[in-house]
Amino acid sequence: MNMHFLSDLSYLIAAILFIFGMKRLSSPAGARSGNLLAMFGMFMAFAATLWLLHGHILNVGLMVTGIIIGSAIGAIGAWTVAMTAIPQMVALFNGVGGGAAALVATVEFLQHGSIGLPMLFATLIGSVSFTGSLVAFGKLQGVVTERPVTYPFQSVVNLILLSAIVLMGVYLSITATPLPFILLFGGSLILGVLMVLPIGGADMPVVISFLNAFTGLAVAADGFVISNDAMIIGGTLVGSSGTLLTLLMCRAMNRSLANVFFSSVGAAVTEGPSADSIYAGKVKSATADEIAMLLSNARRVVIVPGYGMAVSQAQHAVDDLMNLLEERGVEVEFAIHPVAGRMPGHMNVLLAEADIPYDKLKEMDEINPTFEQTDVAVVIGANDVVNPVARTDPKSPIAGMPILDVDKAKTVVVIKRSLSPGFAGIPNPLFAADNTLMFFHDGKKAILDLIGALKSL
Amino acid sequence: MDPLINSLTIFALAIFVGFEVISKVPPVLHTPLMSGTNAIHGIVLLGGMLVLASAEDLPAIVLGFVAVVFGAINVVGGFAVTDRMLRMFRRKR
Repeated sequence: MNMHFLSDLSYLIAAILFIFGMKRLSSPAGARSGNLLAMFGMFMAFAATLWLLHGHILNVGLMVTGIIIGSAIGAIGAWTVAMTAIPQMVALFNGVGGGAAALVATVEFLQHGSIGLPMLFATLIGSVSFTGSLVAFGKLQGVVTERPVTYPFQSVVNLILLSAIVLMGVYLSITATPLPFILLFGGSLILGVLMVLPIGGADMPVVISFLNAFTGLAVAADGFVISNDAMIIGGTLVGSSGTLLTLLMCRAMNRSLANVFFSSVGAAVTEGPSADSIYAGKVKSATADEIAMLLSNARRVVIVPGYGMAVSQAQHAVDDLMNLLEERGVEVEFAIHPVAGRMPGHMNVLLAEADIPYDKLKEMDEINPTFEQTDVAVVIGANDVVNPVARTDPKSPIAGMPILDVDKAKTVVVIKRSLSPGFAGIPNPLFAADNTLMFFHDGKKAILDLIGALKSL
Repeated sequence: MDPLINSLTIFALAIFVGFEVISKVPPVLHTPLMSGTNAIHGIVLLGGMLVLASAEDLPAIVLGFVAVVFGAINVVGGFAVTDRMLRMFRRKR
C-alpha cells in the first residue's frame, strides 16, 4: 500500500465528515455536533498530510511554529471576543483564510515560475477576500465608517480596476515574470477595499457571507494548483453553500445581491421627510413606573430585541423581566427579525445565552399576525426592522424589506437612547405614532428600571 | 482518468453537494453556518503546509510561513468561535 492511498483515503473520510457536518449545522438540534464532525474531518486531513510529508519535508520547525502561533491567535480571538463582536471576528478569520489562499498560490508561482488559470484565480479572489474582509471587520468594529463611502463613477472605477487585473493576468500567463504578478496581487488587494467601502454597516453580514464563499473558491483553486483533492472539496463546498447562503440572506431582507453591493443603502439620505417634521411635537416619552403599570395589566407582551440590546448586554435583564411578567400571568414572547442585530441569528444567540427558552423566540412570519392581539410590544434598541416606512413608502431605502408589524400592537414601548437613526439612516415614524411611548434610556438600565418599578407596584 | 478531469469531476460534484446540503437552513442558523463553513475553508492551512514543506528560497519560505499562520488562525479560530456560538443554542428548561 503506498503512502498516497492512505492519505487519499483520509481525505475522502474528511470530505464525508465535512458534508455531514454542514448538513447537521443547518438544523438547530444537531448544529453543535455538526461543527465537531467537521472539526474531526479537518483533523484527519491534517494528520494525513503530515503522514504524506513524512520524510521529505523542509522548514519543519518553521511550520510547527507557524501552526502554534496561528492556533493561539485563533483560539484566543475566538474565546475572548464579546458575543456582540462575533460577526467581525468571523470576518477576520475569513479574511486571513483568503490571504492564506492567495499566498499559497504566490509561493507556488515563486517556486515554479509557471502560471495557470487556477493560480491567477486564487491570487485574485484570495486577495479580494482578504482586504474586503478587513474592511468589513473595520466597519463593524467602528474603525472604518459604517456609512457607505461613495464617490462619482464608483462602479466604473472598480470595473476598470478589475479589467486591468484581468489584463495583467493574461500578460502574466504569457511572460510569467514577478513584476506583473506583484501588480496583480496589489491590484486585487485594492479591489477588495474598493468593493466593500461603498456598502453600509447593516449589509456587512451579507458581504461577509459573500467573501466567505469567495475564500472557499480561492481555496478550491489552490487545490487545483497543488493537486490536492481535500482542498478542492473543502473549498468548493464552502464556495457553493456560501453562495446559496448569501442569496438566502438577501431574500430575508427582500433585496437582491446587486442591490446590496451597488445601492449604498445607509448613505446620507437627501430625499424623504426630515426627522424634524416627523418627530416634532409628536414623540411621547414615558417613565419606568408608567410602563411597568402597562406591562402588569397586559395579557400578552411581545419583546422585540435589536442591536441596542446586544450593545448594552441587556439579555440577562430581559430574561429576569420575562420571568417577572410570567409570574404575574402575562404571556411573553420574543419577535426575532431575520436581520436584527449585526448578523442573522445574532439575537437568538444572545437570548439563548441568557437561558431564554428556544420556543419563545418566534420568527417574523409566525409572530407578525399576532401583533394585533398584543397589548404591549417592547422594542429594545431596534430601529429599521420595525420602521413602517418599509411598507408605506416605495421610495425609501428600506422599501419592501419585511418588517415586524409592532405598530399594530395596542401600545408600543420603544427603549432607545435617542431618536438617532439606525443603519439605514432614515427617521422612523413609529417613534411619533399615537400608540408609541418612548423610554429614552440605555437598554440594560431601562430593563432594570422596569424590573424595579414592577416589583414596587 | 486524466488527473485534471478527475479533479474537475470532484469540483463539479462538490458544487451540487454544497448547494443541496444547506438548502433547508433556518435563518436562526445563518450565522453559525457561515462561521462553520468559514472554518472548513481553513483547510487552506493544508496548502500552506504543503508549499512551505517544499519552499527553498527566502521569499517563498517567508510567504509560506505567513500562509501557515493565516491558515491556522482561520481553521482554529473558525471552529472555536462556531462552537462558542452553538453552545448557546442548547435547549433549556
